[in-house]
Amino acid sequence: MKKMFFSLPNLLMALLLLAFYGLTYAGLEQGWIDDYYKLNLFLICINIILAVSLNVINGMTGQFSIGHAGFMAIGAYGSAVMTMKLGFPFGAALIVGAVGAALAGLIVGIPTLRLKGDYLAIATLGFGEIIRVIILNIEYVGGAAGLNGIAQYTNWHWIFFLTVATVLVIKNFMTSTHGRACIAIRENEIAAETMGVDITRYKVIAFTIGAFFAGLAGALHAHYFYTIQPTTFGFMKSFDILVFVVLGGLGSLTGSILSAIGLTVLSAFLQDYAELRMVIYSLLLIIVMLVRPQGLMGTAEFSYRGVAKLYDRLSGKGRGPGNDTAVG
Amino acid sequence: MILLSVNHLSKSFGGLKAVSAVNMELRMGELVGLIGPNGAGKTTVFNLLTGVYQPTEGDIALRRQSIVGLKPWQINQRGIARTFQNIRLFNNLTVLENVKIAYHQHASYGIASAILRLPGFYKGEDDMSQKGIELLKIFKLEHKKDELAKNLPYGEQRRLEIARAMAAQPQLLLLDEPAAGMNPQETAELMDMIRWVRQNFDMTILLIEHDMALVMGICERIYVLDYGQIIAEGTPAEIKSNRKVIEAYLGEDISHAHGS
Repeated sequence: MKKMFFSLPNLLMALLLLAFYGLTYAGLEQGWIDDYYKLNLFLICINIILAVSLNVINGMTGQFSIGHAGFMAIGAYGSAVMTMKLGFPFGAALIVGAVGAALAGLIVGIPTLRLKGDYLAIATLGFGEIIRVIILNIEYVGGAAGLNGIAQYTNWHWIFFLTVATVLVIKNFMTSTHGRACIAIRENEIAAETMGVDITRYKVIAFTIGAFFAGLAGALHAHYFYTIQPTTFGFMKSFDILVFVVLGGLGSLTGSILSAIGLTVLSAFLQDYAELRMVIYSLLLIIVMLVRPQGLMGTAEFSYRGVAKLYDRLSGKGRGPGNDTAVG
Repeated sequence: MILLSVNHLSKSFGGLKAVSAVNMELRMGELVGLIGPNGAGKTTVFNLLTGVYQPTEGDIALRRQSIVGLKPWQINQRGIARTFQNIRLFNNLTVLENVKIAYHQHASYGIASAILRLPGFYKGEDDMSQKGIELLKIFKLEHKKDELAKNLPYGEQRRLEIARAMAAQPQLLLLDEPAAGMNPQETAELMDMIRWVRQNFDMTILLIEHDMALVMGICERIYVLDYGQIIAEGTPAEIKSNRKVIEAYLGEDISHAHGS
């Protein structure tokens, strides 16, 4: 069967998303969705972008980066300066924020991606801290006090379509020969290299794409919360994003999305028990890592075939011989 | 015509000379064996040929052009592909995707075209899939194309690794113990397959193997490596009767094992 862009499943998914978009828009306009739910909805979208973008680096390519908040900070500050100080429109600010973060990813990636495993993790951690400290010491962007009074340009239209676009772009990248090259590096670096994959190039590409979308998320974040401080983008933020990816399953976009949604909702519920929040959060992590060390989804993705297979299994059908070889 | 010439190749790890002053020559279309006791440096030679290690001394030339200093992926693009002693498949990719990685270097579409799903993407992917399926048919893995590589039985994993190396359309194929862990039946099938591949793809093959029946059965020429040095070179018959080889490697068992 020839795979096409305008296939029935794709159209169905587009329709579902548009329905969700329209209904939510109506809800926000009519006030059925109050500010508290709106805040969490927007947070979910931003966290999905962050999780999916880190997944390109950590999950797909298998390069352990823990400085993702640094790229987010570049996007947030870059875009805020554009709109606040230089008077550019929001669209241009988003592009500048994301491209700025991507450039930083490129510059950091080329030297650090020679490192492996723990060494790379420490280097990226250092990078994240360097960004934070640099911003802290620039008077122009407010130093420790940060930037206040950023116009709230991030609305439902922007955030919804950019989240969908991010997931789509990354999914399309992942399921192409270029994405496969990245996955091959994760699966076996030596084999990938002896099979003709320029591993340094693809590591840098993955790092740059991840940084680009982290910058985008940062820009959306800055223009929703009015204010940004260097502390917002500290190590704890990087850690939060990492948890989304690890919990959802390194290498699974579906997993990243599900865990970004789940953990954001959980955090919202635990808001009133601030002391308990981190305890429950940590316990949950420990349990998942014990029971399912590969993360919720492993490296699997959502697919209609997968759903049909699951349905068959749950309803007791499809136990016939050869069934597991028939479905990939 | 000479395809590969190895000149005075040496590799030291600290004080240990794993490979020392090795000279080899492979002519176009030859099937050559590289044998030697455990730890003789056979896999190190493969790692040097494919750029995984850089030689301490000496030169490797493919079609008279030196490939020393090139990255493994560049050497692959110049026409050398290999398999590994300990299987190195992309476990969480499907059988077909494993083969398609080898076509990546000739990818006909770019990243932008993949992201925007332009027609070039679909055409490029279709071409790769078709080529991959053709190849898998030859290796009798076509019916398993959508299975994850890690779920294949051992013998099929070995076969898939050879298929993946072949997909790169190399001029020189390096097989590192292709029959390791196979039963006699599987080994016999493998021998047939290697012969068939060589005839139909007009390929030069260098293989490391411990299974003497296989090596003596299909190789035209054999190099014997011991303590990092080539101690003998010749046809299977010459190698079988070479005193140095018998002493260093095959031991006195040779007459019993092969009844010759």
